Amino acid sequence: MSMVQKQTQHFVTIKGTKDGLNLILDDSCAFRDVINELDEKLSARHIQQTEGHTITVTLKLGNRYLTEKQEKELRAMIQSKQNLEIDRIDSNVMSREEAEEERKRSTITSVARTVRSGQVLEVEGDLLLVGDVNPGGTVKAFGNIFVMGALRGIAHAGAYGDMKAVITAAVMKPSQLKIADLISRPPDQVGASIHEAECAFVKDGQSEISVDRVQILTKVRPNLTRL
Amino acid sequence: MGDAIVITSGKGGVGKTTTTANIGTALALSGKKVCLVDTDIGLRNLDVVMGLENRIIYDLVDVAEERCRLHQALIKDKRFEALYMLPAAQTKDKSAVQPAQMKKIIDELKQDYDYVLIDCPAGIEQGFKNAIAGADKSVVVTTPETSAVRDADRIIGLLEKEENIEAPKLVVNRIRNHMMESGEMLDVDEIVSILAIDLLGIVGDDDTVITASNKGEPIALDPSSKASIAYRNIARRILGESVPLLSLQEEKGMFSKVKKFFGMRS
Repeated sequence: MSMVQKQTQHFVTIKGTKDGLNLILDDSCAFRDVINELDEKLSARHIQQTEGHTITVTLKLGNRYLTEKQEKELRAMIQSKQNLEIDRIDSNVMSREEAEEERKRSTITSVARTVRSGQVLEVEGDLLLVGDVNPGGTVKAFGNIFVMGALRGIAHAGAYGDMKAVITAAVMKPSQLKIADLISRPPDQVGASIHEAECAFVKDGQSEISVDRVQILTKVRPNLTRL
Repeated sequence: MGDAIVITSGKGGVGKTTTTANIGTALALSGKKVCLVDTDIGLRNLDVVMGLENRIIYDLVDVAEERCRLHQALIKDKRFEALYMLPAAQTKDKSAVQPAQMKKIIDELKQDYDYVLIDCPAGIEQGFKNAIAGADKSVVVTTPETSAVRDADRIIGLLEKEENIEAPKLVVNRIRNHMMESGEMLDVDEIVSILAIDLLGIVGDDDTVITASNKGEPIALDPSSKASIAYRNIARRILGESVPLLSLQEEKGMFSKVKKFFGMRS
């Protein structure tokens, strides 16, 4: 009796919520034990749920770190259960590399130079360029782009797909603007030039880039303030 | 030990060779020992502009491949004792010389001359790399056309990456004053503001430049031409004098413009 109990010890706790299932995995035992038990429990459940609609599951790992290989295995195992779909995997820990990456993405890199024709300046976080981007030059950032001088070349903000990213320039005369995977180009006839700083952003729910005075960012992107 | 100055532009046909020939002539006029080096292997022109074509015996490639000594390949100008040129080869192409060989030649020339002016071919490939290999300073030539300014910008970016070359200086060539005034052409201020480098000089568009170069007599020799004065002024600025920019306007309002430029840079 006690032997049997030991075998089915609770490394995995399953909780049902209105959004689906929370799978809480013990973080002090071996990975092999968790995955075996999980496989077993989900299979049993699977038999009960013969009706076909998909259940989303959230995995809670506690203080366990999954290697890429382990994560792959875990995902494959869960996906092999027909009506389960992983919503996300939560863990309290991340690798040094991931932490460094995240730090880079959330910092502002300032650069003082002219980005000339043929040059590409790329940063992982936000870019603060003290200088111009000349025609034929490109600036690219995973986050926002702030140009203190004239933007006459190409600027690509949110290069990793972040639609919330913005581009600002003291003189906004770009040859192209890109935010995430949207591209815009100024009209062929040049209108009267505005002598004030402007910004470019994507309005919620729209699929085109809008250009306006920078002051509007206070309203449309309040999270730009990081005080 | 002299200075090696490369004259470059990126785009072809903006007047690199004419500028080299005329700055060289103007420097020689002020008594400096000058050597012009044509690095446009395969498409040499500097010898024609200088009127020295039929005196070429050896060329740059012969020197690089050590078929002759450097001084054997140098051609003395017909007008000045202190002006020499090293012609490019016409039968080879740009890959006939390597940057390291170029640097060695230029370093050797710098021992004997006050100024070594290197005429760079158009483009950003091997010919450009050869031309800048031995240079200490650089002059970027552009014309008031968007395409020429774009290429100049690209070249400036490449020159700025070279640690051994000082920040490039700008010459705006072939300015047509009436078009600039009417706004049909980029104006000098606009070009300088885009390129963001120091202006070394401006040269007006002048028919006599073409006739002179066809005759093999650089325009800098003719003191009555405005372009000649412009080139002489550029030479004086290279020598360290502070000379106000020449007004291209015929008469009216020239003073304010001169003052404006003068106030902006030396």
